[in-house]
Amino acid sequence: MERQAVQRAKEAFLSGRTRPLEFRLQQLHALKTMITEKEAEISSALKQDINRSQYDTPLLELIGIENEIKLALEKLAEWAAPRPVERSLLTISDEVYVQPEPLGVVLIIGAWNYPWAVTLQPLVGAIAAGNAAVVKPSELSEHSSLLLRALLPRYLDKDLYPVVTGGVSETQELLKQRFDHVFYTGSSTVGKLVMEAAARHLTPVTLELGGKSPCYIDKDCDIRVACRRITWGKFVNCGQTCIAPDFILCEPCIQGRVVDAIRQTLLEFYGADPKCSPDYGRIINQRHFIRVMGLMEGYTPVVGGQSDASQRYIAPTVLKDVPPHSRMMQEEIFGPLLPIVAVSDMDDAIRFINEREKPLALYIFCSDKKATKRMIEETSSGGVTVNDVMMHYTLSSLPFGGVGQSGMGNYHGKHTFDQLSHHRACLVRSLRMENVNLARYPPQDRRRARRVQMALRSPMIDMSKRTFVWAVTATIIGFGLFITLLVILLIASGLNCTCWYWRGFYN
Amino acid sequence: METQSQVVDRLRSVFRSGITIPVEFRLTQLNKLMSMIQENEEQILKALHEDLAKPKFEAIMSEVDIVVNELYFAITNLTSWIQPEYVSKNLATKLDDCFVRREPLGVVLIIGPWNYPLHLLLLPLVSAIAAGNCAVIKPSEVSAHTDRLMAELIPKYLSQDCYTVVRGAAEETTTLLLNRFDHIFYTGSQTVARIIMRAASVHLTPVTLELGGKCPCFIYGRVDIVAAARRLVWSKYFNAGQSCVAPDYVLCSPDTRDALLPALRQTLEEFYSKEPQTSPDMSRIVSPRHWTRLMELLTRSAGKVVVGGESDREDKYIAPTVLVNVAEDDALMAEEIFGPILPILTVESLEEGIALINRQEKPLALYVFSDESSVVNTVLEKTSSGGFCSNDGIIHMCLPTLPFGGVGTSGYGSYHGRWGFETFSHRRACMLRGWALERLNSLRYPPYTETKLSWLRWTTSAKSSCSLM
Repeated sequence: MERQAVQRAKEAFLSGRTRPLEFRLQQLHALKTMITEKEAEISSALKQDINRSQYDTPLLELIGIENEIKLALEKLAEWAAPRPVERSLLTISDEVYVQPEPLGVVLIIGAWNYPWAVTLQPLVGAIAAGNAAVVKPSELSEHSSLLLRALLPRYLDKDLYPVVTGGVSETQELLKQRFDHVFYTGSSTVGKLVMEAAARHLTPVTLELGGKSPCYIDKDCDIRVACRRITWGKFVNCGQTCIAPDFILCEPCIQGRVVDAIRQTLLEFYGADPKCSPDYGRIINQRHFIRVMGLMEGYTPVVGGQSDASQRYIAPTVLKDVPPHSRMMQEEIFGPLLPIVAVSDMDDAIRFINEREKPLALYIFCSDKKATKRMIEETSSGGVTVNDVMMHYTLSSLPFGGVGQSGMGNYHGKHTFDQLSHHRACLVRSLRMENVNLARYPPQDRRRARRVQMALRSPMIDMSKRTFVWAVTATIIGFGLFITLLVILLIASGLNCTCWYWRGFYN
Repeated sequence: METQSQVVDRLRSVFRSGITIPVEFRLTQLNKLMSMIQENEEQILKALHEDLAKPKFEAIMSEVDIVVNELYFAITNLTSWIQPEYVSKNLATKLDDCFVRREPLGVVLIIGPWNYPLHLLLLPLVSAIAAGNCAVIKPSEVSAHTDRLMAELIPKYLSQDCYTVVRGAAEETTTLLLNRFDHIFYTGSQTVARIIMRAASVHLTPVTLELGGKCPCFIYGRVDIVAAARRLVWSKYFNAGQSCVAPDYVLCSPDTRDALLPALRQTLEEFYSKEPQTSPDMSRIVSPRHWTRLMELLTRSAGKVVVGGESDREDKYIAPTVLVNVAEDDALMAEEIFGPILPILTVESLEEGIALINRQEKPLALYVFSDESSVVNTVLEKTSSGGFCSNDGIIHMCLPTLPFGGVGTSGYGSYHGRWGFETFSHRRACMLRGWALERLNSLRYPPYTETKLSWLRWTTSAKSSCSLM
């Protein structure tokens, strides 16, 4: 079944109908209509999957997708146009440009935490770039997955963008097929398997993985505001966000204030009993519930800690003085547990971060611009948000992606289009001016070789300091000479004038 | 003697010390690399000649100069490349600092091939150094003299702490790949590329693969056959056809073929004289193994040799050869030729030629010779390839402003100039927010309301910034 879907998508792509921009725009419009018309159904599916609140759905998923579609609709012609590049002397009369082209059939494997966003945002870019796409939503967000399979063919071209549902074995079957690009969002473990499968066909991959995103709070910053922002980012979607602040790093002297501020904020956001709040989510399934509960074992939280297995509910939980070697600090939490690890100062925090794998995101709360700059420069991560969390994800002009174990490649906005296109180098020459070429043909001699060297030399304009200084000096001298000449002429003619003037006056 | 793992570990701790980050350090290293090439040109040319009988002119143009050019380009532009790139913002982020930083990846592995052993090893190295990485450099053992020379020269000029040459054959490369790198840059064959990508997947290491394929050369419509023949011969027999972007086979109509053959003969004689084996401008095949492979291809081919065909095993020489009556299922069409053998396939129409090209794997380069721009445009639009060049061959890869790389089985990723710098960098998205405007932020906090939602929609829309201004 998977093979047939892929085959059909391939044939549909080869038919050429994704090439014209009008077709792609029409498909993008249809996708936007689908999201707008079916918002209620999508919300309902998400509620059943992960107890997503009615407002979280547009907030966290749909607005993002809509914005991506709107941007693509507006900019597609610009993105898909040939991109001219600077020429050398040899190619001065040629057309030299980079032409973005579709790759072919893209496989998009979605995740369960934001099942619509992480599946449809790459799809927007795939469509915009002129590809066909096989969409494989995560089976863990079952209701969303089935809804997507029902909806997408009703709005988009059935053959070009099939939805394939299923679990591990269906995904493995899919990965045996040959694609022109695989876009995977999920865990590092599976990411390795995806890349290994892709290697068989030399298929390029984009892997949006995870990691433990550190959140450093400087003791001299506005702790109240910092904790509000962190609390929001941590507990939204019940902590099941790849860029959620995974753990806090701060000095022991402010730990108490941090805990208090978070506690206060939680009260504001979710009330005294978050279980009753319509805005607080649940863990996706029993397996993950048990996993997250297991991480807490042996530690007493200072906030929260309550749970209800029947609802897969875990209260927003904060833990203090967590040792770096604890289980909670070995794997990505992906749940509503917020450990605070003590560090002695910013340098200690930097060391702590650098001893571990490069995370998908780094958060720094600090009022000192210089110190912030230093922390950014001395660490690495997919992205950084300073004095807030997750917001770098929301700006489509910023490339979103990981580095090292947190992933490879990036997307959002134009970056998705570029990621799912082939950038074909084009040199369009003519057969005229063959004389210029004669220098490069054998039989060879020194003189010819030098001429070819000159023609291929790049850049055309020498931007080195020495040349610049020479150019400026020469200009000043030249200008000076010109002024001198003018002055001489003026004086000469002036003398003449005055002679005539006096003569005229006295005559 | 350090083991491979020790080398990688050492380079990693050197990288962590931050020594490669300042632009001055990178520029110094690039300048030293420039000195290395300029001060040792004689030795380099000698090694290349010993490996491939590379004519001095070819060596200067396609090995020495191209690296010097790239160095010059990187040195001139590096300061601007490393500047943070400020991006457009929406209303919610209007007061924030939003930019993209280019950061080095860490320790990269560069594996070079044997056909342009200096160029294809050092060009990626230039980009790796410019981007601030440390590097393990693995030249090809097949081009043994250049391999040895690189191992000798590189530590003399470049920082020994940051850049190490590792030598060896298949076995050593396999064990080298067990180590963890932050990027692997491989130039070579598809078979080995699969092995490399699999090894890279274990560590989630990104790869750039510069592979090959059969680069078609479509000659169609009204065309200046003499000029076309010249450019075709030059790009085909340069380095005895051992270029990943050499035109692999020709597609044309029977009439064009009949006009082309005398032009090819004429040009070959002009370039290499009646006895190419005596011409100092004609290269040799790199090894007896490859010579045998090519001769076997010729034997198995059902085509008819109309030009050349002579060979000399001792000398690893094969004459510039042209065959006609070659069909799509011929032995010569089953694999990348990578030698001085040019099959000519005939097609009756443009569509037939395009269909034939599209039945093969996407090539690294695609060439069209025609004076009719409609022919050029049609082929360009209906095919795909790493790069495209009309009315010439190879030359598109000499421009550092064009990305050089493949697509599909001809490769993944690209380099040259700024593209190389980007390949070896991580683009880190940075958003620096302020403490003010917490009111605006509270739109996103629970408890949620419909009003908050509408405001949020407005402030995060990309268009809203335009409507306000």
